[in-house]
Amino acid sequence: MKQSGAVGRLATLRLLAQRSAFVSLILAAVALMIVGKADIVLIERARTMVADALSPILDAMSRPAATVAEVMENVRELASLRAENARLKAENQRLQHWQTAARRMEAENVVLHEQLNVVPDPEPGFVTARIVGDLGSAFGHSMMLNAGARDGVRKGQAVLTGEALVGYIAEVGERSSRLLLLTDINAKLPVMVESSRMRAILSGDNKERPKLNYLTGNTSVAVGERVVTSASGAAFPPGLPIGMVASTTDGIIRVEPFVHRHELEFVTIVDYGLGGIMPFEKPPTPDRRHRGQPAE
Amino acid sequence: MKASIWVRMDTWVRHLVPISVTLFLLLLTAVPTYLPGFASVSPLLPLMGVYYWAIYRPDLLPAWAAFLVGGLYDIIAGTPLGVNALVLLLVQGIAASQRRFFLGKSFAVAWWAFGLLAAGSSGLTWVLVVILTGQVMDASPVIFEYLLTMGLFPLLTWVLARTQMAFLKDV
Repeated sequence: MKQSGAVGRLATLRLLAQRSAFVSLILAAVALMIVGKADIVLIERARTMVADALSPILDAMSRPAATVAEVMENVRELASLRAENARLKAENQRLQHWQTAARRMEAENVVLHEQLNVVPDPEPGFVTARIVGDLGSAFGHSMMLNAGARDGVRKGQAVLTGEALVGYIAEVGERSSRLLLLTDINAKLPVMVESSRMRAILSGDNKERPKLNYLTGNTSVAVGERVVTSASGAAFPPGLPIGMVASTTDGIIRVEPFVHRHELEFVTIVDYGLGGIMPFEKPPTPDRRHRGQPAE
Repeated sequence: MKASIWVRMDTWVRHLVPISVTLFLLLLTAVPTYLPGFASVSPLLPLMGVYYWAIYRPDLLPAWAAFLVGGLYDIIAGTPLGVNALVLLLVQGIAASQRRFFLGKSFAVAWWAFGLLAAGSSGLTWVLVVILTGQVMDASPVIFEYLLTMGLFPLLTWVLARTQMAFLKDV
């Protein structure tokens, strides 16, 4: 009898310990939220450290998925080979015309630059990274990349694929970083409508098509107009393509980005030597100057 | 009778299975799918893992483990730190405290209860993220995510039950 009483007391004690551990974990979670909200450097460092540790595992896991996606893409391409070929031939013809035009303009531009003694833009350095983590969360649009500070990635740098802007770097670890997509609710970017040079702010809201806010001027924007980065805020060089105006219903202008999230596999992180979108720290001068003259 | 060192080590490794499986589910969620439309939603696999083990082996996936998985989820997904830690912790606590109710009940009951719990946790996550970011966000991806999770629940439960049978039948 006595023993069972002791056992009972022990069980009660253990239950009590479990309860208090549970309560203290809840308090810890709430404390994390409050501290994280205050944006303390320590929290960010902890985040990036854990992300660094996870990035090799995620890297290894994402490779088979990429292979499967590639095989499926190949099958799909085989099916439409002829149509694709015809389309490419037509496009090639059109592009050759543009190439001639571009060569002539480039030559003219060089002469004009020389005559005017224009200060040249710095050559951007760049790093190419793979997307290793894409936790498609309903609460934010961001991805983990397998390049970090040791590869020359800095906070605020532009992330492109091909020539189009997809987002910017929001967090940097030693060997991993977080790409914040333009569609994320926290992404705000100075842009302009290419044809009318109207300035605006492109703000994401976790939907596929970000909104165009704070348009200067009162001329209307038409569907199909190209939206590019603007030089306001000295974040990015002007003229990086972003997307096309997709709809203008109810005064809300939405932009269809040129690149969709599911198409991303490799991205280019470009250092233009500008402040970037979040000038918390001034990026050092680029040390990786791989990009020479534009390809012939 | 004292078990030999090998037997004890074997038991110890088997006891790590629930936590490892749940962590694996978390990493699996983070693998890019390259599927149009599915890039911004993903089933809440870690939530299912935490729910399952909280009911069937709460001793092997205790509250601190749910907290840890939630914290890692926040870091990978980029949600405000602590949100998923709190949500998964609460799911573990509620499921583990009600486990007597589930034992011996049919699968439909577990599914129905999971539906309630997942709805609660999705709602709580949404509210917490809105409070912490200070911006009201669209709830439709959350609802889609919830439905996707509910649809995958039977499959994942089957996999987890198989895992439990394979590794933890008599330890």
